[in-house]
Amino acid sequence: MSKAKYMWAPLVLAGLSMSIAEVSPSYAKKKKDDKEEAQKSAFQKSDPFASTYKAYPSRPTAVINVTIFDGEGAKIDNGTIFMKDGFITEVADGDASIPEGTLIIDGAGKYITPGIIDVHSHLGVYASPSVDAHSDGNEITSPTTPDVYAEHGVWPQDPGFSRALANGGVTSMQILPGSANLIGGRSVTLKNVAARTVQQMKFPGAPYGMKMACGENPKRVYGSRNQKPQTRMGSLAVNRQTWIKAQEYRDKRNSGEKFTRDLGMETLAGVLDGEILVHNHCYRADEMVQILDMAKEFDYKVTAFHHAVESYKIADYLKEADACSAVWADWWGFKIEAYDAIPENAALIHNAGACAIIHSDDDNQIQRLNQEASKALADGRRMGLDITEAQAMSWITYNAAKSLGIEDKVGSLKSGKMADVVLWNGNPFSVYSRPEKVWIDGALLFDSNDPARRPVSDFELGQVGEGDVK
Amino acid sequence: MKNIIKTLSLSAALILSPAALAETIAITGGKVVIGDGRAPIDNANVIIKDGVITAVGANVAIPTDAKTIDAKGKWVTPGIFAGFSRLGLVEIGAVSQTNDSSARESVFSAGLDVTSAIDPFRSPIAVNRAAGITRAVVAPSSGGKLFAGQGAITDLGDDFDAITKARAFQFVQMGARGADIAGGSRSASHLLFKASLQEAQRYAAGNDSFDDNLLTIQDAKALLPVINGKTRLLVHVEGANDILRLLDLKREFPKLTLILVGASEGWRVADKIAAANVPVIASALNDLPSGFESLAATQSNYGRMKRAGVELAIGMINDFDAHQIRYTPQYAGNLVSLNKVPRATGISWDEAFAAISYMPAKIMGVADKYGSLQINRAADVVIWDGDPLELSTNVEGVYIDGQLQSLSNRQSKLRERYRNPVEGALPKAYDR
Repeated sequence: MSKAKYMWAPLVLAGLSMSIAEVSPSYAKKKKDDKEEAQKSAFQKSDPFASTYKAYPSRPTAVINVTIFDGEGAKIDNGTIFMKDGFITEVADGDASIPEGTLIIDGAGKYITPGIIDVHSHLGVYASPSVDAHSDGNEITSPTTPDVYAEHGVWPQDPGFSRALANGGVTSMQILPGSANLIGGRSVTLKNVAARTVQQMKFPGAPYGMKMACGENPKRVYGSRNQKPQTRMGSLAVNRQTWIKAQEYRDKRNSGEKFTRDLGMETLAGVLDGEILVHNHCYRADEMVQILDMAKEFDYKVTAFHHAVESYKIADYLKEADACSAVWADWWGFKIEAYDAIPENAALIHNAGACAIIHSDDDNQIQRLNQEASKALADGRRMGLDITEAQAMSWITYNAAKSLGIEDKVGSLKSGKMADVVLWNGNPFSVYSRPEKVWIDGALLFDSNDPARRPVSDFELGQVGEGDVK
Repeated sequence: MKNIIKTLSLSAALILSPAALAETIAITGGKVVIGDGRAPIDNANVIIKDGVITAVGANVAIPTDAKTIDAKGKWVTPGIFAGFSRLGLVEIGAVSQTNDSSARESVFSAGLDVTSAIDPFRSPIAVNRAAGITRAVVAPSSGGKLFAGQGAITDLGDDFDAITKARAFQFVQMGARGADIAGGSRSASHLLFKASLQEAQRYAAGNDSFDDNLLTIQDAKALLPVINGKTRLLVHVEGANDILRLLDLKREFPKLTLILVGASEGWRVADKIAAANVPVIASALNDLPSGFESLAATQSNYGRMKRAGVELAIGMINDFDAHQIRYTPQYAGNLVSLNKVPRATGISWDEAFAAISYMPAKIMGVADKYGSLQINRAADVVIWDGDPLELSTNVEGVYIDGQLQSLSNRQSKLRERYRNPVEGALPKAYDR
């Protein structure tokens, strides 16, 4: 019961840092041709906290004789993956022609997957150790705080980042504000690379997200203060009134008239523009459908429902709305809106043709998203659903990337994508397997065989257990 | 679908049988795990008579009157024995009316007894039973007092008769949280701990009024069997230094039957824990500095303590401990996975299974009746379609005291109702 954070399970938004000029040269070159780049709105370009992420040096590397889950539903039994200059350059069934000077790793008996992506994390904003002063994830001062940015609460020295990398193979994640507020603020998508600043972690080119929350949390927090919302009725009313204001702000902004910038309205207008993705914490089926109606009323899209423990009851609606469900494999019962959770949720969502994602919302389970996906898969198969391991891998890779708007860059092993790659020492769906090596943009940033390739945060330096296997 | 059909046929065979208590059951041909750390036995039989195991082994004869369950190709193990939980005390964590884990406003402390609060029909019991959990250590949570009260050992059977052993132990919260409860420092918690036991000693000597009035009479009574060592004292503590200071207290009260719970930094002082003969019900996978008392937490903690000779079992204190005890086999499997990680210290598969069956029973003093598939033990048996620690494995049958258990629960019923979410001729509410 010490898991206070999940009570606030975040609904956040990812950041959109469009400044990619500082990225590795080859990546920047590729982006020059990107039409979207040219269409960026003025405000995106002016992101004052732009990404300064730089890929670390890499050497051309090939893993051969390896089993590959590509993240988009395919499995290659005896494949080769080749990475160069930070990108995946080839994924082959069987042998591939490998240039001289390439580091060749024999992957016999091992597995390759895309870097794991967690769409729901509070690393950095609820950092370890969990002392009061590390509570930077919920701005519980107003039911709507679209003006706050999760990245401004992220402590890059959170030791949790290193555990997610070494034990979980997590290479990207969305850090969300918590769920105390109806509108919690902007999320940020990070590369899981140790850094001095959060800007150095920001995923280049990732859109921002915005976190919303329905259900128990906001009404409990504000209702207990005799403030709106005290009920689910109040929650919808506050939300709708807020969207009306956002529409007015956006109209004024678009009219060419002089207007005063408003940080919160800027975020909301970004959602209405389709540039900021909505990640909505919501548990109950009936509430999710109401949220979908509200989104229709104000003409925005719910990119993903988070937690969504009752998605299985409305999988048809979610497919129709093209909304992802980011869910736990089997959490349940910690509050009444989580009472009807079932472990077949993800599999039933997938089976209905909707988008299923396994998320963590937890600094422990982010280390085992592969295991959580494995349990969710097993539960689905147990009820007779025909789902492959390769398909279930998409729940923690490609589908996750899609909901963050970065599926063109990561989330699957395709030529031209960023080389965010995990080599597992066995089948990642087995409890007996762990990451052996993790590359981010082709740079080897974790190697279980090399104690020097394990990040140790400033916080842990000079402490007992520094650099230990964790 | 294959698995489902198998499960159905197995269940059907068992449901058709008359009351299990009055019959002989032979589970035949399975890969049998005794649970006490021995390697599994291939193609072995387990014979159950009147709820008790009467024979186990590869060459055990099948009684002619036995109802035979074919377990060929399957694994047969003792039920999982949860080393630490709040099972049965909580229906919904955040609904206070359904959460009996702690009693912040109570005037009592050590005297509180979870026996009266455990409800075997809380839905977490059925959900975890379906995952192969058959017995559990059930502890109160600390409310506002260092001594949280008396815990029990329960079974997860589908009946009102849940208590295996009432008042099996006293639970105490030390470490940072204990310091907070005691007034704000570890000095305060240690003095409070000592002074409380001293008041219990005075009560034992015939006094019914105390110098410091730390205990009510009810609390003092509950501590009597603790100070003379008959009742176990489970103490939650994480930090290495806190563990050593607790071992100091044990020297002051040498009769205490002390058991550590949690112990994320136990590896740093594992030799001293072993030398003091103090068992540990350890959190398996803590590896974050969640507080300053667990800076050195690592998943290798368990393996390192094991290598140092500490008597160990896996428990899940403050870790989904009212609802998700079904994680127990997964946690044990993770400790096995460490064997393949350079520089990490794992445990063997056999040790891992013992950590969730025989060892918790042994540490809690009930291994003569529970926790392993040995003669004269209660027939708590689980049949699995594969390696019970593996994530893809399904539970096919659960026996508690020889009784075949229902694996149905709210979750399985919701699953079937929404297999196809779209309404048919009637609303979903008619579909069951």
